[in-house]
Amino acid sequence: MRLDELIAEGERVMTVCNACRYCEGYCAVFPAMERRLTFAPADLNYLANLCHGCGECYYACQYAPPHEFAINVPKVLTQIRGASYRQYAWPSGFARLFDRNGLISSLVLAVCLVLALLLASLVSRPTGVLDPPVKPGDFYAVVPHGVMAWAFGLVSLLVVMALVGGFLRFWRESGEGLKTFAQPFALRAALADITKLEYLDGRGAGCTYPDAQQSQARRWFHHLTFYGFLLCFAATCVGTLYHYGFGWQAPYEWLSVPVILGTLGGTGLLIGTAGLYWLKSISDKALADREQNGMDIAFIALLFLTSLTGLLLLGFRETAAMGLFLVVHLGVVMALFLTLPYGKFVHGIYRGAALVRYALERSRPGLTMGREQ
Amino acid sequence: MTVVERGRDARAIPPPRKWIPGFAGMTKSRFPPSCIFVKLNDQARERDHLVARNDALEPVDVLIVGGGNAGICAALSAREEGASVTVLEAAPRDFRGGNSRHTRNLRCMHAAPTDVLTEAYLEDEYFEDLLRVTGGETNEQLARMTIVASAGCPDWMKRYSVRFQPALGGTLHLGRTNAFFLGGGKALLNTCYAAAQRLGVRVFYDAAVEAFGVDDGLFREATVQRNGTTQTIRAKAMVLAAGGFEANLEWLEEVWGPAARNFIIRGTPYNRGIALKALLAHDVEAVGDPTQCHAVAIDARAPKFDGGIVTRLDCVSLGIVINREGERFYDEGEDFWPKRYAIWGRLVAAQPEQIAYSIIDSKAIGRFMPSVYPAITADAIPELAAKLDLPVDAVARTVAAFNQAVVPGTFDHTALDDCRTRGLSPDKTHWALPLDRPPFYAYPLRPGITFTYLGVKIDARANIMMKSGSPSPNMFCAGEAMAGNILGQGYLAGIGMTIGTVFGRIAGREAARCATR
Repeated sequence: MRLDELIAEGERVMTVCNACRYCEGYCAVFPAMERRLTFAPADLNYLANLCHGCGECYYACQYAPPHEFAINVPKVLTQIRGASYRQYAWPSGFARLFDRNGLISSLVLAVCLVLALLLASLVSRPTGVLDPPVKPGDFYAVVPHGVMAWAFGLVSLLVVMALVGGFLRFWRESGEGLKTFAQPFALRAALADITKLEYLDGRGAGCTYPDAQQSQARRWFHHLTFYGFLLCFAATCVGTLYHYGFGWQAPYEWLSVPVILGTLGGTGLLIGTAGLYWLKSISDKALADREQNGMDIAFIALLFLTSLTGLLLLGFRETAAMGLFLVVHLGVVMALFLTLPYGKFVHGIYRGAALVRYALERSRPGLTMGREQ
Repeated sequence: MTVVERGRDARAIPPPRKWIPGFAGMTKSRFPPSCIFVKLNDQARERDHLVARNDALEPVDVLIVGGGNAGICAALSAREEGASVTVLEAAPRDFRGGNSRHTRNLRCMHAAPTDVLTEAYLEDEYFEDLLRVTGGETNEQLARMTIVASAGCPDWMKRYSVRFQPALGGTLHLGRTNAFFLGGGKALLNTCYAAAQRLGVRVFYDAAVEAFGVDDGLFREATVQRNGTTQTIRAKAMVLAAGGFEANLEWLEEVWGPAARNFIIRGTPYNRGIALKALLAHDVEAVGDPTQCHAVAIDARAPKFDGGIVTRLDCVSLGIVINREGERFYDEGEDFWPKRYAIWGRLVAAQPEQIAYSIIDSKAIGRFMPSVYPAITADAIPELAAKLDLPVDAVARTVAAFNQAVVPGTFDHTALDDCRTRGLSPDKTHWALPLDRPPFYAYPLRPGITFTYLGVKIDARANIMMKSGSPSPNMFCAGEAMAGNILGQGYLAGIGMTIGTVFGRIAGREAARCATR
């Protein structure tokens, strides 16, 4: 569907919904909609980024197909959401990367990075990665710490710049100032919604994903993925602190804080991403935007591979294969990092920002339209 | 009154005959292991479909005719008593549930705030509200019984995993008197159908009952149109829950004459009243005025059928309403719109070609619930009249006369304010502001039929009364087909679902007891 057609469809659907409002108890989309009488592209982008595409409103809809109104909120908002990622992408020229971001291209990128690292390590150590280091588990004998830190530091910086750029574009479109974003009450409310996945909870019953029956499956798998990711990030932070703060060099003991955090996080990521993929594969196709499958699955796959290769590296770190596992792991992580700003990861940025905006809007008086029937 | 509280807990029910694997306990526990084996919604659909296609209509304890809220409540209630139950739904699965799919709440008596209702709403106030809308056209005994029993309805529904909106959620003004289903009536139906099928109730879609075999008040069998064939099903007891004839264009025309051709039907085309008519042919006592229907003024551009809630227009009281001749014909500001929209259905039905136009100016924008269809707009009244294909001079004269007659006041659309006209016939008695700030907006109005009042007479056990004055041994009724016992005329928001739920439960229980006695 062309973008203007998509926006027109979103406007049509929201106009019907705004005259009905039966779904207002489900999630943030509908109360946010009720604050509006018309739906400009910016409004639709905001509503789309509040939507989880769970399907509750679709199954509850008296106007869902085969009704002639053919209302399908999750689908049109998912499509608009996908388009909004491209619109917000920074720098703009890189928006096209969303179109290229599929499973195959992500894997090819990961393989290329692994090969590049192999070559680099061959240059630095003529004996190659398979030569066991003098000290078992000495990662830096294979890839020097400085190289690792510089490479990932630089990529992280670029990634953060791209994500911040995207966020600023989203926020500017909302018409809110940066100062209002930093209001503590709004940030707290958004954080609470995010950490609990409030709108996948369905007041305790879960949501209609992957099918018309309520289930908590998606919320749980997302929690495993989200908190797994955070634990892995925490492991990296603690490791950095150990390295620079205390001068303690990796490898760390099995029962050290970084290893425990990383193992827990990695396990969560493995189960969470596998679960999300499974749910996605059996989910109701009537609600999905097929064009985004590649982007979604690529992100899930890279997260899965990151934790898988990380755990394998941990398991084999005292064997001769350590060097190979390290290079593979680093390559996959680098591929994950590079694709973060132009893939499914950005949903966290825009949904988070949309939830902050939702909290801000709710603190202001809405429209009063006399008595309702 | 303990009528409603006697049904056994659903969990104590013997294992149903046809267990649907995987759905067991899905909604009770959070993400139970069994859901691993549940695949797709599509598969569930297919299962329903297969049941409806291949399975024969076997004899059953309790036959429920109609799959709206009343029918499904009756089915659940009959299963609570251990009876085998079959539901025949005339609509296909996607349009199941009759008018219930367009509902949103039920009106509940309650003595103290609950999780789904604020403050208190006691029996006497509830009954007075009912008396006011019906003008006394009600059976006080049945009405009070319904009101008292309504208090237990939300908790009973929750046992089947029905979810309600929290008491103070959303933009609702009926939070004191009405409990709102989370997601509305179709969500309620989805949950109740899933519960019924989990408990072994057999549901057949596209199964319209067109005749009954009744011997001297005793139900024997029903004749069903299904898959293009005529089949019969025998049952020990029968519950009629098939609603009225609001979607039966021929029948409406019989009652209303050619004007009925311009009526819009707010529900699905399947509410044809065939089963009601068939049963009334068996010496069953009727209630309700056979010529009356509940009609509201809705957007004339609504689809002929099933436009539901979104086609309503809430701007009538903020402007003027004119007919094809460009004349006003009724006080637009008589009372709050929710108290008047039903009157306007009738008023528009009485106008030439059953059409009228609500006209507002830009001062009204943002003061009423947004409409699904865009307004017809113009920068001047004559231009607007031309766009509407109305007599330009007459419309201009009407607007000018109205503007001149407006008495200055303090506008407040949340109260019966003092903005009115003087010297017009008819005057507008509240919210009268001159139509003077362009652009001007117009919405066409037509009567939208919601339901009909004709039904069968019942007693307090939901037993259908025969013309002889005695109850039928095994026929019961619930929902719109008996609502006329309580709601002789008018309407009170949410009371249709209350009557359906209360009498669905009673009819199901009594039918099951009758069948298993």
